[in-house]
Amino acid sequence: MEPGEIHALLGENGAGKSTLMNVLYGLYQPDEGEILVDGRPLRLRGPSDAITAGIGMVHQHFMLVPVFTVTENIMLGAERVRGGIAGFLDRRRARSEVAEVSQRYNLRVDPDAVIEDLPVGIQQRVEIVKALTRDVDLLILDEPTAVLTPQETEELLTVMRSLKAAGKSIVFITHKLGEVKAIADRITVIRRGKTVGTASPEASRDELAALMVGRTVRLTVDKAPAAPGEPVLELSGLFVDDDRQIRAVDGVDLTVRAGEVLGVAGVQGNGQTELIEAIMGLRPVLAGTVTLAGQRIDGWSTKKVLRAGVGYVPEDRSVDGLVKEFTVAENLVLDIYDRPPFGRGLSLRPDEITRSARERIEQFDVRTPSAEAPVGTLSGGNQQKVIVARELSRPLKLLIAAQPTRGVDVGSIEFIHSRVIHERDNDTAVLVVSSELDEVIGLADRIAVMYRGRIIGVVGPDTPREEIGLLMAGIIPDATGGPPDAGSVPDIGPTATVDADPVAVTDADTVSGSGVPATTDRDVAAITDGVAPAAEGTGSEDEKDR
Amino acid sequence: MSEPNARQGSPDKEPASEEQANRSAIDNTERAESASVPGGAGPRPTLGRLFLENLWAANTFTVTLLSLVLAMVVGAILMIISDPEVLATYSYVTARPSDAITASWTLVSEAYANLFKGSVFDPAATTVNTALSPISETLTYTAPLVFTGLSVALAFRGGLFNIGAQGQATMGVVLAALAGFLLPLPPVLHLLVAVLAGALGGAIWGFIPGILKARTGAHEVINTIMLNYVAVYFLTWLIVQNGVQDPVRTDAISRSVDASAQLPRLFGDGLRAHAGIIVAVLATWAVAWLLNRSTLGFELRAVGANPDAARTAGISVTRTYVLIMVFAGALAGLGGSQMVLGTTAAALTPLVVAQIGFDGILVALLGRVKPWGVALAALLFGALQAGGNRMQSYSGISLELVTVLQALIVIFIAAPALVKAIFQLRAARTARLQTSLAKGW
Repeated sequence: MEPGEIHALLGENGAGKSTLMNVLYGLYQPDEGEILVDGRPLRLRGPSDAITAGIGMVHQHFMLVPVFTVTENIMLGAERVRGGIAGFLDRRRARSEVAEVSQRYNLRVDPDAVIEDLPVGIQQRVEIVKALTRDVDLLILDEPTAVLTPQETEELLTVMRSLKAAGKSIVFITHKLGEVKAIADRITVIRRGKTVGTASPEASRDELAALMVGRTVRLTVDKAPAAPGEPVLELSGLFVDDDRQIRAVDGVDLTVRAGEVLGVAGVQGNGQTELIEAIMGLRPVLAGTVTLAGQRIDGWSTKKVLRAGVGYVPEDRSVDGLVKEFTVAENLVLDIYDRPPFGRGLSLRPDEITRSARERIEQFDVRTPSAEAPVGTLSGGNQQKVIVARELSRPLKLLIAAQPTRGVDVGSIEFIHSRVIHERDNDTAVLVVSSELDEVIGLADRIAVMYRGRIIGVVGPDTPREEIGLLMAGIIPDATGGPPDAGSVPDIGPTATVDADPVAVTDADTVSGSGVPATTDRDVAAITDGVAPAAEGTGSEDEKDR
Repeated sequence: MSEPNARQGSPDKEPASEEQANRSAIDNTERAESASVPGGAGPRPTLGRLFLENLWAANTFTVTLLSLVLAMVVGAILMIISDPEVLATYSYVTARPSDAITASWTLVSEAYANLFKGSVFDPAATTVNTALSPISETLTYTAPLVFTGLSVALAFRGGLFNIGAQGQATMGVVLAALAGFLLPLPPVLHLLVAVLAGALGGAIWGFIPGILKARTGAHEVINTIMLNYVAVYFLTWLIVQNGVQDPVRTDAISRSVDASAQLPRLFGDGLRAHAGIIVAVLATWAVAWLLNRSTLGFELRAVGANPDAARTAGISVTRTYVLIMVFAGALAGLGGSQMVLGTTAAALTPLVVAQIGFDGILVALLGRVKPWGVALAALLFGALQAGGNRMQSYSGISLELVTVLQALIVIFIAAPALVKAIFQLRAARTARLQTSLAKGW
């Protein structure tokens, strides 16, 4: 590391990036090798040693106390006291220090705000300020952009540039290629705990990705144009509360048709989780209806919803998706253990469970030592494949996949995406929720953007990223000529239509030619439903032809 | 994926992640189970060799055994300290160390010899009856502990801490006794009804915290503890009621259970072992089947290991919680019923269930919350009880020492790092074993 350099550490999940940085921050002890700071070997026994040596870290999961104020969080661990033996906390001094640091590096934070009230982007800024008040020269940012909107990411990059200008060095851990290219001075790629190469930011995305996975990967999802059929899932006027009894889903209307992928984009925490949990019967629906293939399913138990032909890949696999102590085989039957052939009456049939597990391990390319291995020993990608295998092994009408590839290596992402598309082509309605815009754009035939519990726009997948990014931040772009009163849900349809229109018009012939029915049974938004995917499909074909 | 931890004697090395810790914990318990059973018999050389190689590694079996040894060492020290005569020899230990050593050795060796003779086999036995007597006593104490241990273990596997086995056993003993002396029924039927009444009593007492947990989220630890008190004082009150209290007695003792409702003795009238132990073995098998081979057990384990994932997979967590507590209560109730239907007593007294509910918690922990492990742990505790009686009458060591021994064993088991550090065990791939047990308690 050079002073004033931004060094990107790139690698798949589980490549050892975070472990390496935890060693650097003194959380783990190295078994071998040494760390040199200014040419001197450094022995770190804990984070405090690291801080003394001028190394600060912003963790992927913030280490902040939610009920404390910004100042309190920043002074935590380095409390200054006054009043001698009485040991009063010197809040005033800490506060002015915070103000001073945030001023100096142009990191605006309110020293008196309570952490839990702050948006994620600001919380992260607090973490950075916290590190800076410790006078660090080297700042480690562990996957800082995972939880940010595109706009927030942009701001973070600006902050990083200004820190760089102030002579701080930054290690930037990520697996997002775009950001690396935008900011890094030097890129080190790590694979399976080894440095596999250094690259300059001029290297192409494909080169970097290949270096990361060790082979060439397709970052785009290949798919034929969708052929949407009958509506399978219909939500109308859905209201749902979150765990704190705060309205999380605020009047959502949405339709997913057989044979199409509807992507729900949005920054995490805008009601997507609650929306899905409500559909699955995991969370009470306060108002509105959920209809599955013409049948009201709101108020049903989760078991009944699953049995009705809904596959569900939950957002947090380690919490909701898998029982880590259970074997792979047991996890593969977690929701069908009591149905033939796996269960008969009260008794389980372990032979059947194992036999079917072997088949599915094969079929879904789950890399596991055996069907009897505890699922917690598998890598993230393979754990996710276990869930996908479980959910796709029965006939589905609707597949709901929340963050289907979060924390999953590139190879598995590719595989999971292809299975999702395969499912769509088998006439299943697919609802994908992801905070990765690339994923939504890649998979979806239509994109619904969710913001503060509402769907604030339904657009085609070839809508420019920036536009979707703005929608995700709650800004309905004026450029598209949307009506100014587009804040309320029913008015969204027209906005969305206009968004997609310019695209649709250019390909108008193809649209009618491809025979996609422009259904008009619901509202104006429905027209977009039919048009957008077709337009996307032809667009990509055109590219290939050239 | 898993990096073998080759470093010697590093019990406090943090595993890289919690997953890893859990994984090794599971790994270990499973391995230990398979290692201790076939390895012990070890007909094939490979298995035997494997067993030997694993013996000094920090697996569950070794740690358990060493905990027992450690507890006995501490117990020996306590015996020496509490015996004034032996202690007196230590006042001139520098002058004549042999005195102190001899006196200590005599005291401790005799005590432990009596513990053995009282629980397993007395070499001085001349008749069949006296030869079988220690085993008979051990089995008598073991049977109820198997049930309460299973009760706690079953609940634990379902993610619930059933501290209420004592109360459930108490309600079990109450209903079993009432059925035993109030219902005039023919012999076999009477016993059956009395046993089922015991199970029912416990089940009701388990259902209450279960439904409260499921419906209101009330923590089962608090509710089961509180219900223990309710049960005990209900029993105390009930004993002195008309129709329950023994008409010829003025103290707190109930009528006796009819002979038709008594569990048959196994080794004839001279020995106390009764059919309860057979029921206990059957119950162990049933619980093992329930946990591992039934859909209900699958639900139970899933809910216990990860209630969120279970719920997401469509398993009704609340229903499972209620069922777990009903089953756990029924098991404890069965254990309790043996205290009047067996040979320990035939009538209700305020202390009729002794400590079997609380001992059940220890038994469950010692047995690593696995059914057959629990049965073996109950056997050990039963043996300690039986041997303790003899130790008290022959060596003058108070029975409470046995309780101390039991507690020490469990403490050492709950702190495997301590045992491993003391014996410098090889930190096998199976390090960090009981973290899964310790979490949440």
